[in-house]
Amino acid sequence: MPKLLNSNDCSHAYQVAQENLKQRQKTGTTIFIGMGTCGIAAGAAEIEEFIRQELTSRGLQAEIIPVGCIGMCFKEPLVDIQLPGRPRVTYSNVKPKMIPRIIEEHLEKGRIVTDLAFGQLATSKGMKKITEVALPEYSELPFYHKQTRIALRNCGIINPKDIESYIANQGYRALNKALNEMKPDEIISEMKSSGLRGRGGAGFLIGAKWEFCHRASGSPKYIICNADEGDPGAFMDRSILEGDPHSILEGMIIAGYAVGASEGYIYCRAEYPLAIAHLQTAMAQAREYGLLGENILGSGFSFDLHVYEGAGAFVCGEETALIASIEGRRGEPRPRPPFPAISGLWKKPTNVNNVKSYALAPQIILHGAQWFANIGTKKSPGTAIFALSGKVNNTGLIEVPMGIPLGEIIFEVGGGVPNGRTFKAVQTGGPLGGCLPESALNTPVDFDSLAEAGATMGSGGMIVIDDETCMVEFAKYFLTFASAESCGKCIPCRLGGTRLLEILTRITDGKGAPEDIELIEEISRNMRASSLCALGQLTPSPVMSSLRFFREEYEAHIYQKKCPAKVCKALITFSVIAEKCTGCMVCARDCPAGAITGEKRQAHVINLDICESCGICKTVCKFDAIIVE
Amino acid sequence: MESEEIDLKALDTILKEYKGKKGSVIPILQRTQTLYGYLPKEALIAISEKTGIPLSQLMGVATFYAQFRLVRQGRNLIRVCDGTACHVRGAQKNVEAIEESLKVPAGGTSTDYRYSMEIVYCIGSCGLAPVAVVNDKVYAQIEPKKFVKQLERLK
Repeated sequence: MPKLLNSNDCSHAYQVAQENLKQRQKTGTTIFIGMGTCGIAAGAAEIEEFIRQELTSRGLQAEIIPVGCIGMCFKEPLVDIQLPGRPRVTYSNVKPKMIPRIIEEHLEKGRIVTDLAFGQLATSKGMKKITEVALPEYSELPFYHKQTRIALRNCGIINPKDIESYIANQGYRALNKALNEMKPDEIISEMKSSGLRGRGGAGFLIGAKWEFCHRASGSPKYIICNADEGDPGAFMDRSILEGDPHSILEGMIIAGYAVGASEGYIYCRAEYPLAIAHLQTAMAQAREYGLLGENILGSGFSFDLHVYEGAGAFVCGEETALIASIEGRRGEPRPRPPFPAISGLWKKPTNVNNVKSYALAPQIILHGAQWFANIGTKKSPGTAIFALSGKVNNTGLIEVPMGIPLGEIIFEVGGGVPNGRTFKAVQTGGPLGGCLPESALNTPVDFDSLAEAGATMGSGGMIVIDDETCMVEFAKYFLTFASAESCGKCIPCRLGGTRLLEILTRITDGKGAPEDIELIEEISRNMRASSLCALGQLTPSPVMSSLRFFREEYEAHIYQKKCPAKVCKALITFSVIAEKCTGCMVCARDCPAGAITGEKRQAHVINLDICESCGICKTVCKFDAIIVE
Repeated sequence: MESEEIDLKALDTILKEYKGKKGSVIPILQRTQTLYGYLPKEALIAISEKTGIPLSQLMGVATFYAQFRLVRQGRNLIRVCDGTACHVRGAQKNVEAIEESLKVPAGGTSTDYRYSMEIVYCIGSCGLAPVAVVNDKVYAQIEPKKFVKQLERLK
């Protein structure tokens, strides 16, 4: 593939890629398989093998395209069949034994298998909808109905390992416009007008950040992409890196041009090997096309990137710790000012942004600041990307306009709480965020409203919990994580986190004292005020927000030595309801502590002195004869 | 504890690749660990001697980041995720089952070096919780008994 040497080459490449795509859609059959980490974990690699074998044995031709995560994790593995000129038909929860039937019916006979298919997706304007069977369009599905996919627009749609696929969907047009039609300060001005706020969690105005770095003196300057996504429950960045890596490259090159940097690093956590592999493939392809390297598209601007693998430290998501890590040091944050924009990597001006921010940037350049500012709310324009998981039916990745009420996300997009249980709270902002109860479900999802309500936007993890979760144990869980991840440099965090965990452990063990709540509040205030970085400052957030909304649960643990959610082992007891017990002996056999005794066909008894409250007996009992109090 | 012969010649290739490159401490250690399965003391000393990076800095980095292991690992690395979504969907029960049945403590290695188990905090497949990664293969929606059976099949 000859290099794209100038603006015309780039426009021409777009036309050619589009043409090729149109041709392929018109004349060929395509099979799309969701092969992000989630798809593969659900068995997609095996499914791909089966499909290839089936095609070979039947002598059928079809192009198999691996795509990234389209967002519906609860339906993986996903296989889409697209016949010539027709929309994609999506088959969900695909198992190997379904493949022969799907291939025979749909591919050979052109008949959609209606009991296995659940949606249709047109891939070009004007493509006729499938009407011979009742098959909802994606836009009609509750999961997608409220979504506006901008950062995620290519995920699940294009082949992330093929640059032509990206180019066909307007890839690198923004870069062309930026380098050949705009000056750096025009780009910065556009980013500022768009109002885009950093999607890593702090929500700082991106345009302003780029401007600081642009104005800073010092050379060389650096661009860094923070792909350390360490929040448990967050996988938005992973999906974009795996499913649409070129969007990050494009965003970073534009940023580099705007601030005057010629080198960049993508700091990606090592726990994302597929993302790292796809990034490296994308970078190699971009270099081949001349989109990375010297004199990009004839503009005179040169830029290249490195992928840097993290080594397993949550704190390296903090920008100064991240920079220390690249410099080969322990990931310890440092006081700011000076901010990285002035003095960052190797003390040079450095712009650090999150994956989602770089993914959105090219779209703003391409469609204009006004277009972006018109979506969402005035102070939080654009879209918010969330990884929705936990006790919710439709777990997956969503992108919604800012300002949408929290309840709509959970109950309409998310399909509510499964198994007939009740919604209790939703956790946002990861382990350094907060939880919001039912009374807050009307809160619009935007930076300021969430903060006012007592939670944070964070990077985008959104975890739903139901009445079977104990808020005290949940807070303890987050403290376990945050205190383990403390870098140890400053005392408020190092000691404060440890002490908070000790107190929470005491409370969940049934040894809580009346002064404990006051103590939690005092330590939290001190950590907030004096920790060196956001990790220490926000470690108390989960416990403080759960105290604010679920104080009665803490009091029950402390004063009544009871766990209302029946989770904390030290505070619950299991017993057999004699009238319901059939004496089948299954629980006695499965009890790991040997605490259950009883004769065949006689009511069993649990010895509370030996019982460890693991709950296995209740799980295996088929007669609902075991209760926990 | 067994002692092992460490072939230090293989290190030279790695060090040559990163010679003179900025920001190479962590990548060198990562490549070294891929080579030996962990970071042997002899390897760290050799790296320090050949690159001029103080051993104290290497040890400081090696002990800070969770990825680095300074002792020999088991043949099969089991990483059980206890991220938020996995946690609320029963990750702890899986950990306990593995500890009990395979005699490998969380954060440790079995005495026959067959298994090592680590608790990790989110590998990003929350939609399929609870999740575990064994030797880079991802297992989704795992259950204690079934998962232990799958692990018992590993050599």
